[in-house]
Amino acid sequence: MAKSEIRSPLPGVFYRRPSPEEKNYKEVGDDVKAGDVVGLVEVMKTYTEVKSDADGKLTAFLAEDEDAIMPGQVIAELES
Amino acid sequence: MPINVITSGFATTIQDLGRPGYYHLGIPMGGAMDRFALRCANMLVGNDEGAAGLECVFMGPELEFTQDCTFAVTGGDLPPKLDGEVLESWTAIPVKAGQKLSFDYLRSGARAYIAFSGGIDTPLDLGSRSTYPIGALGGIDGRAVQPGDTLPLGAADGKAKTGAHIPEKLRRMPARETELRVLPGLYWHRITEASGARFFEETWKVASEADRMGYRFKGGTPLEFVDREPPFGAGSDPSNITDACYPYGSVQVPSGTEPIILHRDAVSGGGYFMIGTVISADMDLIGQLQPNVPTRFVKVDMDTALSARRDRAKALDAVRAHLA
Repeated sequence: MAKSEIRSPLPGVFYRRPSPEEKNYKEVGDDVKAGDVVGLVEVMKTYTEVKSDADGKLTAFLAEDEDAIMPGQVIAELES
Repeated sequence: MPINVITSGFATTIQDLGRPGYYHLGIPMGGAMDRFALRCANMLVGNDEGAAGLECVFMGPELEFTQDCTFAVTGGDLPPKLDGEVLESWTAIPVKAGQKLSFDYLRSGARAYIAFSGGIDTPLDLGSRSTYPIGALGGIDGRAVQPGDTLPLGAADGKAKTGAHIPEKLRRMPARETELRVLPGLYWHRITEASGARFFEETWKVASEADRMGYRFKGGTPLEFVDREPPFGAGSDPSNITDACYPYGSVQVPSGTEPIILHRDAVSGGGYFMIGTVISADMDLIGQLQPNVPTRFVKVDMDTALSARRDRAKALDAVRAHLA
C-alpha cells in the first residue's frame, strides 16, 4: 500500500463541498481517481478545484471545511 | 521563437512597470505589484529594468522554451524547476530550446516574477505591456495568460550573465508579522481620536479577497465616526464622502469595517473616505502578502515617508552596483 498526499497549491479558504446546499465531494473511505475533485479553495474572489493526481482510497482529510490553508498544505491522504 | 504556456498557474499576467499618465481618465498605472522584484529579475537577465515579465500569484505556470534564452525568478519564494530539477531563484539561469520550466509550492511571499532575456514582446497598449484585465489592456488580448498561449520574446542584447545572483541581504520580503507605514489623511477628521489610535494599535489580517486592485484586511475593531450632516453629494453612510480622487496606496474603509489598500489596478475615485495612504516605500511589500498574514499599520509623517523612499532608491542602487 503506497501512501500519497493531495496538496493545495493555493492559499485561501478550503471547502469540502461545491456549495453549502450540496454534499461533500468526497468522504473518508471513498475511492478516488486521478483528476477527481476533493475540495475547493477560495482566494481572490475565485474558487479553484483541488484535484487528486493519483488513484486510491481516501484515508484522511487533514484540512477541515472552511479552514484557512497555506500553499502546499496537505488536504487529504490516499492509499493506493 | 516563443515560449509555450502549458499550464498557466493562477492569475498569471504579463506585467512591466505600468502605464502612468491615464489615471485621471480612470485607467490605472498597473504594472508589477512588487516593482523592485520585477526590476531585479530583469537586471539578472540583462534586460532594461522595465521590460515585461510574468507576475505569478501563489503558484507558477508550466512553460516550454522553443529557443535558448536566460531566465530569472524573483519576488516570493516560488522555487523554479527546470526539467524537474529545483534551481535557485534570484539567479540568472540559461535554458536550451525544448526545456520545461515548472515550479514547486510557494514557500513565502505571494508573487513571483519571471524575466526572460529579451523580455516578453507582446504589443504595447498606451505605452505598456502590463495586463489590465478590467480594461482589456496589455498582455495577450488584455487578459491573464492561458494554457496554449505563446509568449513572444524580444531580441536579447547578450548582456545576460549566467549565474548572476542577488544575495538575500539585497532582497526585500515582508516579515512574518508585516508592518505597513501609513501617512494619515485626507479624511482622518472623520473618525474619533480613540478610533484612530486603535486602528494603529490592532493587528489586522489580509483577507482572501486581496487582489491587484485592492488589498482588503479584516479582524480589527470597526471605526467610530464623528457625527455629521452628509455634505452635498455624499451618501448617507458615515464612511461616504463627496466623490474624490483615490491615490495609489490609499486606505479606504467602507462602512468603517474592513480597510482596503488600493494597489496598482486601483479605481481612480469614488465616494469612500480614506483614513490614510500607505507610503510608496511599502507598496511592494503589499504584493507579497498572502491571505491571513497578520499586519499592523504604523503611523508615520511625511519626513519619514520621504526618507523611506530614498532608502528604497538606495536599495535598488545597491542591486545595480552588485550586478554591474
